[in-house]
Order: sequence, then structure tokens, then C-alpha cells
Amino acid sequence: MSTSVPVVDRGAKPSGGNPRFFRRLLRRPVAIVCCAYLAVLVGVAIVAPIAMPSVNSQNAGDLFGANQLPSWSHLLGTDTLGRDVLSRLLVGDRVTLVGVVEALVVVLVLAVPLGLAAGYLGGWTDRVVTWLADLTFSLPAVVIIIVVLSVFPTSMLAGMATFGVIAAPGLMRVVRSATLPIREELYIKAAEASGLSRTYILTRHILPRIAGVVIVQASLLAAVALGVQTGLAFLKLLVADPAPSWGGMVADGTSVLLLHPWLIIPPGATIAVTMLALSLLGDAVRDAAVESWSAPVRTKRAAAKAAPASAGTTPPAGALLTVQHLSVSFPGREQDVRVVEDVSFDVAAGEIVGIVGESGCGKSVTAAAIVGLLPGSGRIDGGSIWFGGKDLARASEAELRKVRGRTIAFVSQEPMVSLDPAYRVGFQIEEALRRHRGLSRAAARDRALELLRDMHFVDPGAVARRYPHELSGGMAQRVAIARALAGEPELLIADEPTTALDVTVQAEILELIRELQMTRQMAVLVVTHDWGVVADLCDRVVVMYAGQIVERSDVQSIFDTPLHPYTEGLLASNPHLEPEAATLPMIPGTVPPPGSWPAGCRFSARCRYAVAACAELEVAIEAPYQGHETRCIRYGQLIKA
Amino acid sequence: MVRQVAATPPVAPRRSDRTAWVPDRAVLVRNPVLRVVVRRCVMAVPLLFVVSALTFVLVSLTPGNAAEEILGTSATPAEYAALNRALGLDLPLYEQYWNWLRHALTGNLGQSIFTGQPVTQAIGQRLPVTLSLLVGALVVSVVIGVGLGVFSALRGGAVGRAADALALVGFSLPAFWVGAELIVIFAVWRHWFPATGYVSISDSPVGWLHSLVLPVAALSLYGIASTAKQTREAMLDVLASEHIRMAWANGISPRSIVFRHALRNASMRVVTVLGLLAVGLLGGTVLVENVFALPGLGSLMVTAATQHDIPVVAGMAVYFTVIVVAINLVVDLAYVWLNPRVRVR
Repeated sequence: MSTSVPVVDRGAKPSGGNPRFFRRLLRRPVAIVCCAYLAVLVGVAIVAPIAMPSVNSQNAGDLFGANQLPSWSHLLGTDTLGRDVLSRLLVGDRVTLVGVVEALVVVLVLAVPLGLAAGYLGGWTDRVVTWLADLTFSLPAVVIIIVVLSVFPTSMLAGMATFGVIAAPGLMRVVRSATLPIREELYIKAAEASGLSRTYILTRHILPRIAGVVIVQASLLAAVALGVQTGLAFLKLLVADPAPSWGGMVADGTSVLLLHPWLIIPPGATIAVTMLALSLLGDAVRDAAVESWSAPVRTKRAAAKAAPASAGTTPPAGALLTVQHLSVSFPGREQDVRVVEDVSFDVAAGEIVGIVGESGCGKSVTAAAIVGLLPGSGRIDGGSIWFGGKDLARASEAELRKVRGRTIAFVSQEPMVSLDPAYRVGFQIEEALRRHRGLSRAAARDRALELLRDMHFVDPGAVARRYPHELSGGMAQRVAIARALAGEPELLIADEPTTALDVTVQAEILELIRELQMTRQMAVLVVTHDWGVVADLCDRVVVMYAGQIVERSDVQSIFDTPLHPYTEGLLASNPHLEPEAATLPMIPGTVPPPGSWPAGCRFSARCRYAVAACAELEVAIEAPYQGHETRCIRYGQLIKA
Repeated sequence: MVRQVAATPPVAPRRSDRTAWVPDRAVLVRNPVLRVVVRRCVMAVPLLFVVSALTFVLVSLTPGNAAEEILGTSATPAEYAALNRALGLDLPLYEQYWNWLRHALTGNLGQSIFTGQPVTQAIGQRLPVTLSLLVGALVVSVVIGVGLGVFSALRGGAVGRAADALALVGFSLPAFWVGAELIVIFAVWRHWFPATGYVSISDSPVGWLHSLVLPVAALSLYGIASTAKQTREAMLDVLASEHIRMAWANGISPRSIVFRHALRNASMRVVTVLGLLAVGLLGGTVLVENVFALPGLGSLMVTAATQHDIPVVAGMAVYFTVIVVAINLVVDLAYVWLNPRVRVR
């Protein structure tokens, strides 16, 4: 293992405020339209009161031409005092915007430093700031603003600044919780260790990281401030007559609502459009900052799954599960990216098969594809998955639902988050039992306790009453297995079932899986990167590299004579097998990411046996021995070595 | 009016966040419900103190005073002084406040300087109006908003976008303007509902409902929009989480996944922002009462503040604070009920 881990200062990784971010933002038409509209508003706010200086003090216009509907001489009509609505709207723009800006400035000046301090310094600072924020949240904001405005009649600054003070804790909390995780990051620790001042770290390293969040919140807050400003102006508390304001114009219109309903439309629509622009802009900024990743919409899965299958249409005999030429793709920026290609293997009834490989080889994706639960918008775009006489790769969502939990069950690598935190674990097992076995509530309860006892819980009743957060990792994994077994499946897929657990607990879980497989004659497909798990558990192994299978064999012969240099490398770097070795040999380099797989043998760049021929042609899978196959043209070298 | 920052993406409801300030964690009230109640009540005391004191200070700073408002500008200085003495306004501010506080502790909030009506009575008359409006708008916001949010989270594509657009529009329309438009459409053009006024529930329950439909609709639009948005985002987050994936993988029924596992977890986040929403809606009632000429607290507030009627303003501050504290208490209790992680066993 390398002796020193270089502390890389990843530097400020700004999510907002840098040119790339703005370019990304400006690729969104919505953002451009909103920015353009707001720019026009700002322009009008500057120019209109200068160009039409009389409007602010105009008490009455042409009284004989009052209450006119729009015409060429008055594009938006005239109000009850005969004043031109359009010019009042334009001049009123300034007070509205000034009010919003005043509130925003107050909010930002208060919230950002306090939130940063609370999140970064923690301790008492955090306590005090959070307590003050909580207190402010309990204030009746209306009362306070109205009282303040009764002291400073029609003082916009007083009203909007008060609103700013009251609104600040909201943003402060957001800043605080955005800062908390950053504080724990390595590069911040490194910066602290190298003696940089706190102020420097806060302004140079943390602030840029949270800038995106702040910008999003600021634009949403601007919308809220606009609502407050127009609302107070509507109550005539903010702007003294006869000066126009949007809210005040709505109020004027409301007083003659029954006679002249048109008058509230122009100011109301202007307020609405401005609010819309601000909130849309906020959304666009957020999307640009997080690079729109949207959660998969489950109901769409059925449609996305209609995959062109290239394999045969008859189920092969013999095995319980037969995966043939399976390929999986994810939509990429320009084109789909393959992450699993032409994967074939089978699992016999009652057999334990392992899928081994480094991270990013496509093992977990292969496992997820079997039950039709690919993450994000991944889809199967070739091959077949035969199980119980059906091709799951082409099965509808409804057909898959009959398989999941009932004949194929799934256990994941994160036991602590694989159970619903809001329900008692007993209930979650009962739910599966009632669904899959049609048991009554009482029968399900008894059966759940039995299952928990099978998982070697001494007091199943007590465990069943617990919530997931009250379990340790190992306990949670055993509960997850109990739920998976509720439907008495023929196949259990275990995706890295021990990776997140302590070493001592790992052995327990492996022992449990082996025991369950023996007593229930259940087949297990276990995904792992740990050769210890393979040695403990598996009958046969499939080794995957860069989306392909590179070797397939029974366990004994793969440990004795690996026939692929990748397998050999993995085995050599396995700590379980070389307990005394001072330094473990490592395979140089990393797995090439999907989409940049080299031509020819995908491992050739990292392979010490590679020759020129390796990188030229796609390598086919060969079977030098009965039941032991490899995707390597130089496997002869390995046998000799 | 005061659209609180309900638009902020929900601050992850972490346990540490919600209990961090509690100074007496070691003193431990172990029952979580009791703990929440105690915490909110303990907090209410300094709040009421601060808010009422602040009100006194602010109102006393106001140029002009109540005597001038009552007597007009034509009275002699002696008359002003006499009235000020009679009202206790000649005393130093802290003494005025102390007198008020002494009486307030016995439940007597004083009398309006203008009408002589006891403040508790004046507020008591108007409280039902504001509460009807507030509770009505909250119920409508939650029922429709959560429904819309769940629907839009489940249906991506055009339907989801339509629901989002609806939420966005609701978010952008100011309540006072919507109220005015509703009057034009449903009271003036079609005579379906009364344009203004309030009917007490004890006079006629039907009339009461009838008089509330338009104001509640105007007030709820924003609530629906923000609840829908929060629900949608929370649902999408939860639906993408590992425990939901594992529920699918183990064949739990779709209905249970959406309405039991996803909605329950999403509702924790929605509930935390409901408190902010309720406070925002409380502000909105001032505007909506103004539009529909409803005799609620909002109109009393605006008049009292402009007339420097200190007892009424201070009494209002007390009532509004109690309402906000009560809202937060209910929200906290709902959160405890929903989230087993804050419950101590």
C-alpha cells in the first residue's frame, strides 16, 4: 500500500459564482428570459422616474378622462383620478425594486455571516445563533412590521429592513446546514492544519461552496420580499399617496372594484409576472448548480424497459437463473453509455455464485438489472434474463412485481438505510409476509417472529418493536435478510452484503447466509469485491472488469489457477490471502470509466502480460478447461507463471 | 402578507437541529411529547415579554400621541395634559409597561384608549374571524397541496410539469389581488358568494361557510402552491432513497410504497415547513381581511397601530405571539408523532 496519502487541496470547488456556472445557467432559455425581464425592470426603475418626474406628485390627471379602458393615448387606460396607468406602473417600479433590494441586503448581511459562523464554529456560537433563529421564527412578523411602520409611517426602509431581520433566520439555517458537512471535509481540515486563518478558510474555501445555495435562496427571498412589499403597499402603509406603487395601485383599484374591475389587472399582472420571474430564476439557478439530476420516476420504468432482445426466445433448461448476453446502458450527455456488456452466467438451484470485481465494473448494475431496478434511467438494451420460464429483461413491470420478493429477493449493501426509518422493523417484515404469503395480521406477526428467530435474534419480540435507527448495522442486515426471506424466495441476490459492516459482524452475516442457503435450498447470487466472501461462501465465481465478464470458474480452480491477469492481480492484492506480506501488490491504474473502454482487451493497459495483439481485437471468451473460462489471449502465460 | 421563507428547500430535519438550542438537555424531560410542550412553553415566556416590551417602546417612539388623536388639534395644552394623565400616558414608559404587565399577568390586557372597550373583549370578538380564515386556509393548503405534490412527484412528464406550473402560478399571485379578482368573478359577475362581510358561525353555519369560501380560497392559493412544491420535492427525494429501492426490490406493493413508506417520510419534511407556512398565512389574513372587509384581527391591528392605541397593539402582539407559539407547538408534536427518531424509548 502506498505509504503516504498526499493531502490534495481540492481547492474551492465553487458551485456558484464562477464563469462555468454562469455559462451553464445561460444555456437555460428560462434563465435568459427571466434575467432579461429583470434587467428591463431595473432599467425602467432607473429611467422612468427621471423621464416622468411629475408622476410621483400627480394628484389628479384629466378628471374628465377618468376610468378609461386601454386606448392609443393611454395604453393601459386611466385610473379614477384620470391618471395614466402605464406611467404610474413604470414609475412605481422603482419603489418596488428598492424595497426588495433593501430587504435582500439586510437578509444577506445578517444571515450569511451568522450562518457561516454557526455552521463552522459550532459549539456555543451555534447554540446561541440557532436559539435566536428559533426565537425569531416564533415572532408574529405581521404585528412587528405594522408596529414599526406605525412608528415610521410610510418608511419603506424601516418596513423592509424589519422584514429582512425577520426573514434572515430562514436563510441563516440554510447556510448553517450547508456549512456543516463542508466543515468535515478533508481539505478544510488540511487547510486548518496548515495554519490558515479561520477568516481565510471561511471566505476562500467555504463561502464559494455555499454560494450556489445562497443565490438560489436569495432569488426566492426576493420573490417573498416582493410579496411583502406589494402587500404593505396595498395596505397603504409603505408609500405615501400620490406616489405610485404596484401594491398601492391594486388598492386604488380595489376601492372601485365593482365599477371598474379593469384597474387592478395591470398592477396585479405586473406583480405576478415579476414574482414568477424571480421564482423561475431561482429554480433555474438551482438546477444549474446541481446539474439537474432528477430522481427516477418509478411508474415510467415499464416503458423504459421494452428492450430489444438479441438472444433466443426459448428458456434454457437446467439452471434457475440464466443471464445471456446482458447489456445495460445509461443515457449520457450525447449518447447512451454502456455500463454492462454481453454478460452471461447462470445460477443453479441451491447454488451460491459470486460476482467479483473492483468498483465500477458493473457488478451491482448487473444484480439490479435482474430484478428490473436499475438506478436512474438505466435500461437493459440487449440480452435476456431467464428465470422461472420467463425473460425478465422483457417482462412488464407487473410481471416483475410478481417475481420480486416472492421468487427473487434482494439484500443491499447499506443495511442501515435499506429499511424504512419511520416504521418498526417487525411491521416491515409483516408487511412483506402479508403481501407475499397472504397471511392475516396475527399470522404474519407470528411468522415474523419466527423469521427473526431464524436470524439468531435471542429476543425476536424486542427486536420487532424497534425502529431501524435503534439497530446496529449487523442487526439491521439480519432484519433486512429476514424481510427478504418473507416470500420464501428461490434466489437471494445479496449486493455487497457485508461491505458496510464491521469485520466481526461480517463473519456472522456470511455464516447466516450459508446456513440459510443450506436449510432452505435457496440459491444465492452474491456481489462482492472481497475474496474472503468468495472463499467462505461461493460455489462458483464470475469475475467482471469494465462491464464485461473476464473469467468464469468454480471457486477451487480460480484460487488455484486464475486464468485472467485481472483475477490474478485481484487475488494478489487480497489481504486475506497474504497475511504476512508487508506490502500488498496492487494492480496499477484504475478501471476505465464506462464510455471510454479501450478497443481490444479492456484490461490490456493495466496488464503485465499485455502484448500488441491484446489491444487490437475484441477478445472472445474461451474455455481452456471444462467449466473454467477466460477472456484472455495470453492465459497460457499465466499457467506457465 | 409576510410570506415567510417557506420557499426555502426544507432544512433537513435532523435531530441535532431541532434540539441543539435546548439548554436543559441534561435536566431531561424524557417523554418527547412533554419535552416539546415544555420547550415551547418555556420559550413563549421570554417571547411574550420581548414582543410586548418591544411594542411599548416602538409605539412610544411614535410622533404624536393618543391624546392628540382623540382630541384633535384644537384642544388646549391643559386638556391634552389632563387626558394624558387620565390615560396614564404621563408616566415614564417603564412604569406604563410595568402597570400593563402586572395586569396582563392577571389576564387583564387593559382597555382601548379610543373605545374604552376591554382589549380582551375587542380581540375576542375578532379572533374567530381570523382563526376561521387561518385554519380554513391551512386545511385547504395541506389537503390540496399534498395531493397535488404527490401526484406531480409520481407522474413525471407533462402531467408533473402541469402540476408544477400550477404551483408556480399560485406562488406568484399576490393574495390580495387574487381576492379582488375572486370578488369580481364570483360575487359581481356570478352572484355565487357574498363579496364582503362575515357571518358568525353561531348565527348561521351555512352563512359562515358561505362567507369564508372566497377569502379562504384567496389565502390558500399560496399555501397550496408552496405545500405542493415542498411535498413534490420531499417525495422525489424519498422515492429515490435506498429504503424505497429495497422495498421495490422485495416486492412491497406500489400503493404501500407510495402512501405508506414514501409519504410518511416525506411528510416529516412537509410538516417542518408547515409551521412557517402557517405564520406566513397569518400575515396573509391581514391583507385578505382588508380585501373582503372581514372584521378580524388584521383590520383591528392596522387601525390600532395608526391610532397609537398602545393597549390594543400590545394585546394584539400577545395574541399573535400565542397563536404563533401554538402553531409551532402543533407542528413539533406532529413531527414527534411522525418521526420515531426523535422519540425516546
